Amino acid sequence: MTQATVVDTHPLDAILRADRMPHIFCPGCSIGIAMRCYAQAVLESAIPLQRHVIVSGIGCTGRVAGYMDLDSYHTTHGRAIPFATGLKLANPDLMVTVFSGDGDLSAIGGNHLIHAARRNVDVKVICVNNFNYGMTGGQCAPTTPLGAVATTSPYGNPEQPFNLPYLLAAAGAGYVSRWTSLHVRQLKQDILHCFARPGFTFIEVLSACPVGFGKSNNIPDGLEEMQLYRERCVIARGVPLEELSIDLREDSPIYVGNFVDRELPVYKPVTHVG
Amino acid sequence: MHGDEACAEGAIAAGCRFFGGYPITPSTEIAERFAQRMPELGGVFIQMEDELASIAAVLGASAAGARAMTATSGPGLSLMLENLGLGVMLELPCVIVDIQRGSPSTGLPTMAGQSDVMQARWGSHGDYSIIAYAPWSPQEAFDLTVLSFNMADRFRTPVLLLGDEVIGHMVERVVIPPAEEIPRWERKRPKTPPPAAGVYHSFEPDPEDLIPPLPHAGEGYRVHFTGLTHDERGYPDMSADTHHALVTRLNAKIQRYTEEIIRLEEYAMDDARLVVVSFGCTARSARRAVREARARGIPVGLLRLVSLWPFPEAVLRELGKRMDAFIVAEMNLGQVRLEVERCIGRPAWGVHHAGGEMIHPEKILAAIVAAAM
Repeated sequence: MTQATVVDTHPLDAILRADRMPHIFCPGCSIGIAMRCYAQAVLESAIPLQRHVIVSGIGCTGRVAGYMDLDSYHTTHGRAIPFATGLKLANPDLMVTVFSGDGDLSAIGGNHLIHAARRNVDVKVICVNNFNYGMTGGQCAPTTPLGAVATTSPYGNPEQPFNLPYLLAAAGAGYVSRWTSLHVRQLKQDILHCFARPGFTFIEVLSACPVGFGKSNNIPDGLEEMQLYRERCVIARGVPLEELSIDLREDSPIYVGNFVDRELPVYKPVTHVG
Repeated sequence: MHGDEACAEGAIAAGCRFFGGYPITPSTEIAERFAQRMPELGGVFIQMEDELASIAAVLGASAAGARAMTATSGPGLSLMLENLGLGVMLELPCVIVDIQRGSPSTGLPTMAGQSDVMQARWGSHGDYSIIAYAPWSPQEAFDLTVLSFNMADRFRTPVLLLGDEVIGHMVERVVIPPAEEIPRWERKRPKTPPPAAGVYHSFEPDPEDLIPPLPHAGEGYRVHFTGLTHDERGYPDMSADTHHALVTRLNAKIQRYTEEIIRLEEYAMDDARLVVVSFGCTARSARRAVREARARGIPVGLLRLVSLWPFPEAVLRELGKRMDAFIVAEMNLGQVRLEVERCIGRPAWGVHHAGGEMIHPEKILAAIVAAAM
C-alpha cells in the first residue's frame, strides 16, 4: 500500500483563498470539481485576473465565490444575476461569472434567470444542479426529479422538475450547455468558450450531493453518482430540447453537451455618446 | 418641472450614471426621465424585471464604482427591503427613491400617502440605521437627491428619499445650479494599492469615523463581499462577537453623525409656545395653518422634518421642555407622532389621514386652536 503524501500547496493556490480552507463541502460533494473547472478556466483565459469577477447567491454552491481569490460577491438568495448585471453594465471591462446552485438560480431567482437570458446580458452563468437544497439539509427543489425523496417530499416529489436547458432556450438564451462533474475537461473547455463568447451563456453542471440528495435516492455516495454519469450520459446530437429532462431513477439516458449556440444581439445600454 | 423630473435631474447633476428600475405609479416619471437622459450622457438606464432585481442591479453597479439609483413606490419598496439590508451589510452606497402613495398593499396607486415612514426605518430585518429625506417641493426633490448621493457616499450606505405623490407630480419652478456649484462628496477610497499577497481589508473601519474605504470591482483588490456576518477582511465569521461588533458599527457610523445628517426647517418658531411638526406635502398645509393661527394671535411655529431618519431626538427633547403643546400633521395614522411622543415624553395632538388627499390646512388649524386653549 502506498503512503499518501501530504503537501501544503495546491496547483490552484494562485487563485484560491487558501486562508479560507477547509471548505464547507461534504464528502462526496461535486461542487469542488465544478469550482476547480472554473478556476482552471480563469487561469487559462487570456483575461487578467483583475478583470474576473465572481458573483453568487445563497446555498452550498453560493459559497464558491468566497473561495476564489478574485473580486467576489456573495449576495442574497436568488439575486446573483441582477447584481452581476449591474456590475457588468457599470464596468463593461469586467468578465462577470455567476456561480450558483439550482435552487438559487431557478427557484427564488427564476425570474432573473429567464430575463437575463432574454436580455442576453453579457454574464456567464454556471449552475451547479445537485437536485436539492443541500445546505439546509436536502429539501425538494424545482430540479428534484418526479418521485424523488427529499425532506420536504418524504413520500416522493409530486412535482415535475424543470428541464433547465429547455427553459433557458425558450427564454431566448444564445448559449446553453450541460455537463456533469464527471466531464471535467469538457466543462473547463466550455467555460473557456463562454469567456470568449459575448452574451449570456448558461452551463448546467449535474452534481452529486450524497448527503442531501443521494442518500435518500439510492445514490448514497459521490463515486456512485459519478459511475451513474459514466454509464448513462450521452452526448446529445440533435436530441429535441424537450427530451432533456433528467430522471435519475430510470435507466434512461442523461443528455449532456451543448444544446443551443446561436448568434443574438448582445444587450448593451442605449447610448448616444462615442 | 415636476417633482419626479426634478428628482431625476438632481440625481443626474449629482453624477448618477446608473438607473435600474421597474415602473410603478407615482414614481414612473423618474424612470422615464432617466431613459431619456442616460443615452446622451453615456450612462446606463435599464428596466429590470422587478424591484428585487432593480435594487440588486443598483448595488452591483455601486460595487463597480457607479453612483447608482432606483425609484419606486410603497409596493416596490416592500420588495426592495431584502436587498436594502444587503446594501447596509455590504456598505454599498446607493439612493432609493420612494414616491409614496396610499397604502397598504396596492392601495391608492395614483394618490398620495406618507405611510412608508416606519417601513423606511425598520423594513428590512435586523438592526440597522437608515438615512431618509422628505422633500416638500420639486426644488427640494432636486436638492435632496443631490444630498442623498453625497450622504450615501459619505457614510457608505443606502439612503432613502421619501417623496410623496403630491410632490412627485407637482409642477413648480426648479433652479438647477451650474455643475460646479453642485456639492459633491467623494466616496472614501483605499489609500494603499492592492496587496501583492494577502487580503485587503475591505471592512476595516477608519478609526476616525468608523467608515471603511471602498474598493471597486476590477481594481485588483480581490475583495470578498458577503451578506453573511463578516470580519474586516470580508470573510464570513459566524461568531457572536464578530456579529455584535459589525452590527454595532453599522449603526454607530450613522448614529454618531446625526447632527451632520439631520436637516430641519423652522418657521415662526422664535416666540412659539406651540409647535406643529410635519414633513413632505403635509408641511405645506401646516405652514398655511400656522400662518392663519398667527393671524389669530396664537404663538405657534412649524418644525419641518426635511430629514426623517435619523430622527431629530435631541431637538425634540429640547423643544419638549419649552413648548406647551405639539401638533403632528401627517398623511398616515400616527407614525411620526409616535416618534415625537417618544422624544417629548407626553402625548402630542395628531392630525392624521390615511392618505388619498392632502390634509386641509383648516384641519391643522382646528388642532392648533384646540391645543392653544
